[in-house]
Amino acid sequence: MTRLLMTAWKWVDDRIGISDMVGPAMNHLVPRDSKWWYVFGSATMLAFIVQVVTGVALSFSYVSSSSQAYETLQFITNDAPFGRMLRGMHYYGASAMVLMVGAHLAQTFLFGAYKFPREMNWATGVLLLGMTMVMGFTGQLLRWDQTAAWSVVVAAEQAGRVPLIGSWLAHFILGGNTIGGATLSRFFAIHVFLIPGMLFIFIGLHLWLVLRHGISEPPVPGRPVEPKTYREWYHQFLEKHGHPFWPDGAWRDFVFGTALIVTIALLAYFVGPPPIDKPPDPSILGADPRPDWYLLWYFALLALIPPRVEGVIMIAVPAVIGTLLLIVPLLNNRGERAPSRRPWSIAVVLLSVITIGSLWVVGVSSPWSPNFEPGRLPVKVIGTDNGPVFQGAVLFEEKGCLNCHLVSGFGGRRGPDLTYIGNELTQDNMVIRIVNGGVNMPAFGNSLKPADIDNLVAFLSSRRRPVQ
Amino acid sequence: MNDTENTIPPDEPPLHGRLQMQIHQGQGSDPGCLSRRRFFAKLSIALSGLCAVILGVPLVGFIVAPLFRKTPEAWVPLGKTGDFEIGKTVNVTFEDSSPLPWAGITAKNAAWLRRASATDFIAFSVNCTHLGCPVRWLADAELFMCPCHGGVYYKDGTVAAGPPPHPLTRYQVRVVNDEVQLKTAPIPITTTL
Repeated sequence: MTRLLMTAWKWVDDRIGISDMVGPAMNHLVPRDSKWWYVFGSATMLAFIVQVVTGVALSFSYVSSSSQAYETLQFITNDAPFGRMLRGMHYYGASAMVLMVGAHLAQTFLFGAYKFPREMNWATGVLLLGMTMVMGFTGQLLRWDQTAAWSVVVAAEQAGRVPLIGSWLAHFILGGNTIGGATLSRFFAIHVFLIPGMLFIFIGLHLWLVLRHGISEPPVPGRPVEPKTYREWYHQFLEKHGHPFWPDGAWRDFVFGTALIVTIALLAYFVGPPPIDKPPDPSILGADPRPDWYLLWYFALLALIPPRVEGVIMIAVPAVIGTLLLIVPLLNNRGERAPSRRPWSIAVVLLSVITIGSLWVVGVSSPWSPNFEPGRLPVKVIGTDNGPVFQGAVLFEEKGCLNCHLVSGFGGRRGPDLTYIGNELTQDNMVIRIVNGGVNMPAFGNSLKPADIDNLVAFLSSRRRPVQ
Repeated sequence: MNDTENTIPPDEPPLHGRLQMQIHQGQGSDPGCLSRRRFFAKLSIALSGLCAVILGVPLVGFIVAPLFRKTPEAWVPLGKTGDFEIGKTVNVTFEDSSPLPWAGITAKNAAWLRRASATDFIAFSVNCTHLGCPVRWLADAELFMCPCHGGVYYKDGTVAAGPPPHPLTRYQVRVVNDEVQLKTAPIPITTTL
């Protein structure tokens, strides 16, 4: 039987030339000491394969119609066998792809692997990173619930800030003047055909460049890249310190990749896919659109930058980051590669991680958003159930103050915590602030009667630290 | 013809290799033949370009068509004047003037309608002028608040706090035969230049 199979394989291989085609790629030499740091690229590609497989499966039931997509997602999640699992794997696969491409980028940058002759490996990788983020965003929109529909509006508004062609871009994203029948289907085409097609092309090019220039050897301090001699040196290095990619170099990719897929499957099974929000009805206004976690940092950035420069930053930040990443090899493509000789590279990566991480953390809590369900202040917190202090507390709730201010743990975080405001402001200053408002506070002078202001001040003045 | 005539000597390069050698060495061709080759190369590239145009024009035209589709702005009824209390702001819903047949619930739309006096009605877009999120009306506070980045507007739509660059956009409103009507409009897009 084995002999028969071998004969059949040899016949097929002779006619198709599989060994001739794949053999050189499998047997090409890679540096022997390129170990676990080198698994992130293959892990990114594996996550992409997970996305293709689960995406194709989901498309068997998903209908990309503005009127039916929501219902088909409900069916996939709640009724279709393995539907919940597939949706979960698609979501966690996307998360894995974003994480892995980020790790791959950081490792390549830290190791100086973008230097001669691998400048185009880096450039194609940066483009693949951009496409991954577009896939993440458009994928969230295909969930086509209330959050998705309003996220399209937010995306259109952001595109509107692009000088000269902003309005044109915004209406291109919406597929017209408003959200409607044309909106979802164009994002479906972008997410399922356009960007994946480009991903296939650029992944192919990226892999070809990896084969053409070889996997970069781990950096060693005092071994700078000299373009004139590097190629010859690299080939001699591989002769002495290389081993075939398959299986000597590839086994770590398979171990890490398997761990990645198992993690994705476990998360999909035990945690499940992200919940589906209310239907995408633009007339339901109780929406609170938030991007998925991988874009939450940018959402936070838009909330924290000064409004005066917001229009510029909204467009300039992604453009500058993208341009800087693309031209990194042009700025410095020779010399030392070791991170210990390039401490600024460690600083750049650390600063990026800390910045994005901090924005992400603050994006999760979104303290700039009013609390639309602050509840009522308990009598225990108010300290009384009658008189000016109590009346002031009721006004504090009714006039929306509690939506933005925290009092003894109740309310919103948009404005300052007023738990001990009685120790911090005089009554006169309170009146001035209430009547005139502030930078991020409305003026209530026109909507409050003098007696109301007195009651509010009485309540606020009673917010004091306990006497020791 | 016998078998030996078909056999390529072992040291002979394969067919495509021989052709390439002939081309490089100019064998089997005269200068006119080279010009002919250049002609075929240019012809093939030109035909490829033509094919790209034939495919590309309808493709691009189809994709950008929604930009040029004139959506008629229509007056839609919101209710009788008596349905709206003076001094109150309420949420009104209406349908797009010309929805695509498969738009479903996405053809719905909403606005905040304020009856300022017996004869004056003001309709605000629900889209925050910051990034388009739907603002909510806090009736007791008489404020519009945005859930996304904390924009706040007064009851007349002017900015009270937060990042919105402009007041809430207004729809045109009219009263015809005791019926309040709103003129549909595109989602307001805040632009920089």
